[in-house]
Amino acid sequence: MRHALALIAALMCAAPALAVEPSEMLNDPALEARAREISQHIRCVQCQNETIDESNAQIARDMRVLIRQRLLHGDTNEEIIDYMVSRYGDYVLLMPRFQANTLLLWFGPLIVLLLGAVIVAGRMRASSTRAGPAPLTDEERAEIERSLSGDSSK
Amino acid sequence: MFIELGHFALALAMAVAFVQSTVPLIGAAKNNAAWMAVSRPAAVAQFALVLFAFASLVHSFVVSDFSVVGVYQNSHTQQPLIYKISGVWGNHEGSLVLWVSILGLFGTGVAVFGRNLPPALRARTLSVQGMISFGFIAFILFTSNPFLRLSPVPAEGAGLNPILQDPGMAIHPPMLYTGYVGFSMAFSFAIAALIEGRVDAAWARWVRPWTLLAWMFLTFGIGLGSWWAYYTLGWGGWWFWDPVENASFIPWLTGTALLHSAIVVEKREALKSWTILLAIVTFSLSLLGTFLVRSGVLTSVHAFASDPTRGVFILGLLAVAIGGAFTLYAIRAPHLDGGGVFAPISREGGLLINNLLLTTASATVLLGTLYPLITEVLTGERISVGPPYFNGVFFPLMIPLVALMGVGPLLAWKRGDLMGALSRLKIAFGAVLLAIAVTLLLSGVSLSHIGGAAGIGMAIWLGTSALLEWTERVKPRRAGAWTRTKNLPRSAHGLTLAHFGVAVLIAGITVDTVWKDERIQAMSAGDTVEMAGYTFTFEGVETVPGPNYDAERATILLSKNGRDIAVMTPERRSYVHSPQTTTFTNIYTTYYSDIQLALGERQPDGRYVTRFYYQPFVPLLWYGILLMVLGGVVSLTDRRHRIGAPRRAQNMGAAMPAPAE
Amino acid sequence: MTEADQHAGHSDQKRASRWPYIIPLVVILALGGVFGKRLIDIKSGTDVKVIPTVLLDTPVPELNLPPLPGRGEALTTADLKGEVTLVNIWGSWCVGCIVEHPVLNSIAKEGIVPIHGIAWRDDPQDSLDWLARNGDPYAKVGQDPRSEAAIAFGVTAAPETFIVDANGVIRFKQTGAITPEIWRNTMKPLIEELKK
Repeated sequence: MRHALALIAALMCAAPALAVEPSEMLNDPALEARAREISQHIRCVQCQNETIDESNAQIARDMRVLIRQRLLHGDTNEEIIDYMVSRYGDYVLLMPRFQANTLLLWFGPLIVLLLGAVIVAGRMRASSTRAGPAPLTDEERAEIERSLSGDSSK
Repeated sequence: MFIELGHFALALAMAVAFVQSTVPLIGAAKNNAAWMAVSRPAAVAQFALVLFAFASLVHSFVVSDFSVVGVYQNSHTQQPLIYKISGVWGNHEGSLVLWVSILGLFGTGVAVFGRNLPPALRARTLSVQGMISFGFIAFILFTSNPFLRLSPVPAEGAGLNPILQDPGMAIHPPMLYTGYVGFSMAFSFAIAALIEGRVDAAWARWVRPWTLLAWMFLTFGIGLGSWWAYYTLGWGGWWFWDPVENASFIPWLTGTALLHSAIVVEKREALKSWTILLAIVTFSLSLLGTFLVRSGVLTSVHAFASDPTRGVFILGLLAVAIGGAFTLYAIRAPHLDGGGVFAPISREGGLLINNLLLTTASATVLLGTLYPLITEVLTGERISVGPPYFNGVFFPLMIPLVALMGVGPLLAWKRGDLMGALSRLKIAFGAVLLAIAVTLLLSGVSLSHIGGAAGIGMAIWLGTSALLEWTERVKPRRAGAWTRTKNLPRSAHGLTLAHFGVAVLIAGITVDTVWKDERIQAMSAGDTVEMAGYTFTFEGVETVPGPNYDAERATILLSKNGRDIAVMTPERRSYVHSPQTTTFTNIYTTYYSDIQLALGERQPDGRYVTRFYYQPFVPLLWYGILLMVLGGVVSLTDRRHRIGAPRRAQNMGAAMPAPAE
Repeated sequence: MTEADQHAGHSDQKRASRWPYIIPLVVILALGGVFGKRLIDIKSGTDVKVIPTVLLDTPVPELNLPPLPGRGEALTTADLKGEVTLVNIWGSWCVGCIVEHPVLNSIAKEGIVPIHGIAWRDDPQDSLDWLARNGDPYAKVGQDPRSEAAIAFGVTAAPETFIVDANGVIRFKQTGAITPEIWRNTMKPLIEELKK
């Protein structure tokens, strides 16, 4: 039974999403733009891989309407997002907040880059101590050229 | 009957793979020529058997033999033939048979074209390839068998998911797998080199063409997937940082690094352990991607139906293959001899930084993709990482990379002159400043427009410097330019094409992201909407039947300045065997921009929801990718990559490396 | 390369640091451990698609939901205070609810805890018909046509059930249908514990 339900939910979510309906849209373009922006930062809890802006799940639709209601009510973007997080948890955020359990996520790329740079720099230094003979000076180069051009034997 | 034969052939292939894995390896260790020579016929035989199995599966789909489980689940008598065939790999089991077929194909390629390979290297390489095949054939036979029969035989099949019934989706998997799986060759070569304890220019010369081939197909496959998402999903997106998309992008990034790193090994015998590492890492990431998509540990709308038993099996496979490879690397790589020395500012130095940046980018995407899983397993907390994160950390990494791509090709080997190279790029600097100024002037200054100008600047920088480098070599204005062009190694042309392609790609991404627009509304006959200078006139909706679906088709007139341009017909289809409706958008393209029209639901008052998207410069994404692939093709035809290898190696005897050019 | 050169390189490498070469192996082993644990979790029945609730030990949201026509009074927050209660979110369109309903009926018969229902996104007449067909275990039923209450409860799909203690604090969430085992082994003991 559970599998059948999951399948139906998956099919609904897999259908290409045509989401925001004209009937939902606010008349004030600035508020509507804010609504779209907030929606694009909230994950659909049913489809889980789409934003509520994209998802055509019923609950996504209701969330979009709720967001617009709250905007009309005068809430700020932050307050609306906070409300969603208070109900559903961090999971519903697409941009992970900067907090204790995401420090590694946000600093990770930098750490990898620095670690790589350190390793590379260390090896470059090690290999340069193995450097071969010093490069030819101009005089040495000229002397070789003279002997090569004057001397036809190998 | 054919299916049973195919099933049997696959089991036989597993046995042959076992022989292929063990005998040549022992032969190489004991320097036994006869045992080493087993590798070639074994690889070919294994491939032939797998191919036979694959053919039997295709046959059962084509004739709609619903007694075969896979056919029942993915096909339907009314399905068009092309989708009956693509249904073979539109599911977990069948796609694995395709996987293993391509694995065998690459092995056979080395067996047939690698006549001039040193026998020990060839034996070890094919042996590793055989091990991988063995593991995956076992996986198929024991957990994901498409050859099983159903009884009683159903009269009709369940049909392929309608989303997959599309030409782009049909060839997307074969292209992608040829890429993914193709990197197995570099992996096998790398393991063989580690076992042998030697990496040299000749090794790099063998590895490069196979890596190039795999890279080209992976690039094309990813592009195809992106293009399909764009014209199917109906709202103008083409990349979502979805786990399955990331699973193919992550190895692409390291694969690109590998491609470039191998050049340094071939030219200067430097960056050896980097290149070996990248060869191992890239295929390991392919395997990891396979695991993520099929085991159920990650949820994604893309993912195949998941099953933890399969997950455990693949995890075991991965542990052996990747764990073994990295263990071998940790033990043997430190003993690889150093190779050419170079100054930090040099072509090698540039490629080293290239390696570093691409590897970091790959690790970043991997981190973001796996982070929710890791957090949940370790702490039980559920967080999510979405596009805002990826966009935020990935693009900053690309900026130094693109800057480097412009100047790197102008640096000399061993010791480069940075200031000299930059001064040769004066025109590029000028072009960048001009482009940024023009962009901001024309579109106005705002935060997003500054970002857009920066992106355009990057694209102009890369494109101009690629062209400048090419003209420096070819000197078009001096006599003999045509001769110089012909004599220039093909890989140099390939470089220019591919890098220019990246520039085009960046331009497309930037302009579409910053300057796209959309209109969403409910319309009835006669209504009009304006966007981007175009007028959209809604004329009506009619019902149209198709081979296995019914469609609602809208007619919308597209006009500009009063002049009719096109009649567009977006539609929504209901398939006979599925409860969902699928949208088919209609795209009007000027070949430098797109207008995408989608039909939505019918409202209670009889009006229809319509969505119009203006996507400027999106075609440049596809042109850029095609240019990159073309660059790969041209490079592949370089005579130095001719797989019948350097003649000097033949004369000097197989064990000696060829002198670097 | 001559033998001499190879040996020279060899001894230099011994001096060079070997620790970076182990990093890939360490990373892959760590990842393998994570994946292994995850697979074990999945096999043991944990549904990885379920989002754990963040509302445990938080006060129940403010409610004032109109009743179904002809069926008693509105469901308000006050109804959820003063005694331990169950709040069940359901709909006549919901397949899992049909599966769950006999269990709810028998819980209602046991009489140890009142069950309040929230009819989520449902036509009132459909809800009434459904209750007439399948049994009515609810003390009060509130209508939630626009998901305001459902979102306030962090609901992702129906059915979901909450145990609310006498102070109006959410103490337990059941995602998906309640089975007799879950009732017997988890929910009933908790309710009896809360009633002390």
